[in-house]
Amino acid sequence: MSTNQITELQGRAIPLLADDIDTDRIIPARFLRCVTFDGLGEHAFEDDRLQDDDHPFNQKCFSGARVLVAGRNFGCGSSREHAPQALSRWGVIAIVAESFAEIFFGNCTALGIPAVTLDRERLEALVGDVERDPAVTVTVDLENNEVRWEQTSAPSRIPSSARSALVSGDWDFLSQLLATGDQVRRAAATLPYMAGFPGS
Amino acid sequence: MSTENLFNKVWDLHTVGKLSSGQTQLFVGQHLVHEVTSPQAFAMLRDRGLKVLFPERTLATVDHIIPTDNQVRPFADGMAEEMMLAIETNCDEFGIELLNLGDGRQGIVHVVGPELGLTQPGITLVCGDSHTSTHGAFGAIALGIGTSQVAQVLATQTLAMNRPRVRRIEVSGSLAAGVFAKDVILAIIRRLGVQGGVGFAYEYAGSVFDAMTMEERMTVCNMSIEGGARCGYVNPDQTTVEFLRGRDAVPSGESFERAAAWWLSLASSPDASFDDHVTIDGSMIEPTVTWGIHPGQSVGVGETILGPSEYPVEERAGVTEALEFMGLEAGQGICGQAIDVAFIGSCTNSRLSDLREAAAIARGQKVAAGVRALVVPGSQKVAAQAEEEGLDRIFTEAGFQWRAAGCSMCLAMNPDKLQGREMCASSSNRNFKGRQGSPTGRTLLMSPAMVAAAAIQGRVTDVRQWDTVS
Ligand code: SF4
Repeated sequence: MSTNQITELQGRAIPLLADDIDTDRIIPARFLRCVTFDGLGEHAFEDDRLQDDDHPFNQKCFSGARVLVAGRNFGCGSSREHAPQALSRWGVIAIVAESFAEIFFGNCTALGIPAVTLDRERLEALVGDVERDPAVTVTVDLENNEVRWEQTSAPSRIPSSARSALVSGDWDFLSQLLATGDQVRRAAATLPYMAGFPGS
Repeated sequence: MSTENLFNKVWDLHTVGKLSSGQTQLFVGQHLVHEVTSPQAFAMLRDRGLKVLFPERTLATVDHIIPTDNQVRPFADGMAEEMMLAIETNCDEFGIELLNLGDGRQGIVHVVGPELGLTQPGITLVCGDSHTSTHGAFGAIALGIGTSQVAQVLATQTLAMNRPRVRRIEVSGSLAAGVFAKDVILAIIRRLGVQGGVGFAYEYAGSVFDAMTMEERMTVCNMSIEGGARCGYVNPDQTTVEFLRGRDAVPSGESFERAAAWWLSLASSPDASFDDHVTIDGSMIEPTVTWGIHPGQSVGVGETILGPSEYPVEERAGVTEALEFMGLEAGQGICGQAIDVAFIGSCTNSRLSDLREAAAIARGQKVAAGVRALVVPGSQKVAAQAEEEGLDRIFTEAGFQWRAAGCSMCLAMNPDKLQGREMCASSSNRNFKGRQGSPTGRTLLMSPAMVAAAAIQGRVTDVRQWDTVS
């Protein structure tokens, strides 16, 4: 049994139900001036927070919440892994949204952060419940493809490859990719450009 | 004769095998690295005691954090200097070639790859940068990746990926004078939305693309990611072959002819199938300008901005937020909007042809009083060639600042930043809140010619009314 297995995560939720939130907003570029990911957590959504005292990341009642609830196309824009790294260091362990931008989604999976989708109606219900009572515990259940809170259990979606990687604990792709060393060299040898387009 | 599309042919050629997750292990033909998304990847290698598997298949450059005025080392900015030292040490330790500032070939990673001939049809190319999609202009599968994946590619020259679907976007007819590649991609994103491409690779085709230069194709492919697509590409043709002939990293003589034959054979066949198909009439595309906070929020320069109620219900909140942030109103035209800053640069539009188009507008004119205008070439080679043609003088005589190559105000990780709520006409690719260095700064995306015209008028102008536009 791998210790990396991620089947079910629980926590209070932080609602951020806006669409097209890009990674420049999640972590502004000036915080990419670094050579490690340490210390990024405190700067998550910094510019949005500075301009809006009521930003959910500013609200006391959501501090310590670990499940981020977002809208459509969350994480669009830059490929910066600093974005999920910042969220993770801020304390986020799972993200529930209407949809995700693809590179961001891949980066989340690579860090063991499940990013699952719910339909809009259920997302709105979830946000409504959490705003009414920030103490509500939300469960992201990958084995049963469900997000649960209070009396509700809503069907969630996640691409099967990401789900299987998280549930089996094989989301550290580096080890898997390393295991195929010889095959890689053989595949490379069949590509004409690898040998400078030799004559036949 | 294969009836596959180019994407699937190239994907299959690079498939090493299937992983337990069901993803494909894809071989990477060319890897590009820059200073911002790589230090943590090299640290991961060091942590695990790993080497770079094919060091000759990775090339590094510096672009994001470098100052574009005073480049004397050590940089005044200590953190930028630290990042420079990190990439220098990492490249040295892991045996990777680095195009450093003194090299003469340094520049924005997506300008440099094609310029050196490293970007070729039929390869897979990745970089820890979302605008890697640029390289698809050559008929390559070009993917932006995260830092963990940069480490994976360094160590294994492969990557775990799901195969996207392929959407063919055909732009028919021809473009009117004053309408550029930038307008084509802004129009495509406006039509299909910023997340319309999720799950897709975009194949760009049709008479408009057939007629485009490689530089124009790069501009379009560059912003595929802004449309949500995983990547975008144009089929290789004779234009591609001639662009590559004689470049440093391209074989010569008979090998070149063999390479060219292979490249051309990879193009999607006329009866290739696609998962989706979209047609756009190129002759209807106007010079396009964004008014909002994502690249899909744009209008033709002759149109007025629509109000939230004219959008589908699910977009209204976003439109309201965007209008408020930008300080713009529904019913207003974008033409005539005053600007404070003009930026010509970025991997979207900093190549020689972009600078020529902008210089044609700027020649003999003066930047409007109170407007700060910057021209930042995409690479040292672009800069040298532009200087040889005298473009730098056209710009400086008109009152533009002529800078050294880098990303500059595209994302403002160096000292080139907007201040406060400044409004910037920009040839870059992202108008996100805070993108250009001020949390409240505002960006209007447009073609380089439109930026030059805006700089001179001090307000957004329809470049078609400029008499030097042919
Ligand atoms: S020019 Fe802008 S978009 Fe392009 S690589 Fe640099 S920062 Fe990224």
